[in-house]
Amino acid sequence: MKDTLNPSPVIQARDLQLVFSTNDGPVQALKDVNLTINKGEFVSFIGPSGCGKTTFLRAIAALETPTGGSLTVNGMTPDEARRKRAYGYVFQAAGLYPWRTIAGNVRLPLEIMGFSKAEQNERVSRVLELVELSGFGKKFPWQLSGGMQQRASIARALAFDADILLMDEPFGALDEIVRDRLNEEVLKLWARTGKTIGFVTHSIPEAVYLSTKIVVMSPRPGRITDIIDSPLPRERPLDIRDSKEFIEVSHRVREGLRAGHSDV
Amino acid sequence: MKSIVPILSVLLTIIAVWYAAAVWMNAPWVYDQAARAEQTVPRPWQVAQATMNQDRPVLPTPHQVISELLRSTFGLPVSSKKSLVYHAWVTISGTLLGFVMGTTLGVLLAVGIVYSRSMEMSVLPWAIASQMVPIIALAPMLAVVMHAVGATPLMTKAVISAYLSFFPVVVGMVKGLRSPEVMQLDLLQTYAAPGGAVFWKLRLPSSMPYFFASVKVGIAASLVGAIVAELNQQAGLGARLLQGSYYGQTTQIWAALFLSAILAAVLVMLAGRIERRVLARMGMAR
Repeated sequence: MKDTLNPSPVIQARDLQLVFSTNDGPVQALKDVNLTINKGEFVSFIGPSGCGKTTFLRAIAALETPTGGSLTVNGMTPDEARRKRAYGYVFQAAGLYPWRTIAGNVRLPLEIMGFSKAEQNERVSRVLELVELSGFGKKFPWQLSGGMQQRASIARALAFDADILLMDEPFGALDEIVRDRLNEEVLKLWARTGKTIGFVTHSIPEAVYLSTKIVVMSPRPGRITDIIDSPLPRERPLDIRDSKEFIEVSHRVREGLRAGHSDV
Repeated sequence: MKSIVPILSVLLTIIAVWYAAAVWMNAPWVYDQAARAEQTVPRPWQVAQATMNQDRPVLPTPHQVISELLRSTFGLPVSSKKSLVYHAWVTISGTLLGFVMGTTLGVLLAVGIVYSRSMEMSVLPWAIASQMVPIIALAPMLAVVMHAVGATPLMTKAVISAYLSFFPVVVGMVKGLRSPEVMQLDLLQTYAAPGGAVFWKLRLPSSMPYFFASVKVGIAASLVGAIVAELNQQAGLGARLLQGSYYGQTTQIWAALFLSAILAAVLVMLAGRIERRVLARMGMAR
């Protein structure tokens, strides 16, 4: 937000609660979550498993329903926002349909949303180029590596130009080398499109490298323990990870995670 | 080509066992004839020779069955009531009509069951119960009912075929339509996709491998249904089987049985070929 004089909130959570009822009784997945995400921010959610980071992302996407407090997306309820197709969602696995080509997979949301044939083709080639998969449109998913499949799934989420991009540990299953490259690409993509991004991860370097804001969460009950506004510039070469600021932020995230663990 | 050795040895073993059984089962008649003619007891090799080409053997030999199969398939005009081509066509037409009816019904029921909990609870038990009834017991009663409402023999046969073939399709399609993962369904929800899109773009394509597995079972079941239905009719391989047993024409029975088995194999192979083609076009065959 340092670069925006007049920040406009895109996602706002106030005293958000989410309780799952399970066979073993109620589980408090989110407790008293307060957070504002402004337009154009890159926000990472980091924490151990069970801290509610994925649940929070799914609540924003109206895939889970909060049991208390308020949550707005673009000033609407998450469900209204979903109906207005306010966000693209990238899941942990690429989840491409095996019977569709890469282009066919990217075209899927466009078909459902009723774009014209010409516009579908134009958009498919544009987003495939954006994730550097031009020329792979006619391949089937199994012909691509895991990293390329995940890039295709990002293209699919970008295809209909939602302002918000929600990513749930998109690179969790990939090796570190591929991950580094995809992280760089995501940053480039973010710079080119100016989207608001919510990004769930459990990797500290990934969170610090990507984000303008890092939300540290801890489990039982799932809650926010620290919110860090990153002092790093928007322009981030990979070697920024050796800078003093980067190490300081990483340290603070690690402290936050540790604090969340000790007071359970 | 390594597989040719086991395939041939199994085939040769079957033929050898068959010939041995034919000698053993047809021999009493040879002794009987000799005793009646008050001849001396024939020597074993004479007995064996006399079991090879009897008119009404207990167990016809392989070469008898093959030559009867060839004679009644290629040796007679197709329009002849004795031509196996004629009978096979009667059976196939009933099988295919019944298969189409059964598959359609099976798919529709599966869609209903997947989308409606109450339909699952009300229809599925009946579908399962329907398969507990032995078709051989049900077929004559169905034939009477169908005749009473003025149905043609073809329609009667098709209904019995459909009765047998809808079930594997229901079971396979219910499983197939439910096969998409939660994540794939969530994805469509993030697009606010209408129910129709979820069905046509996700559930139906996901179910295709299951559909074809069911179809292979269903088409064979359809053939069985058609043959059983023909036991009460004038034409078709089933009728031919029954006529053969009336007149003690064992060779004719075996020839008809062989043709049924060949038909079943061809139908299942055809289904398999269509499956490969469709799944390849869908990018699901590797």
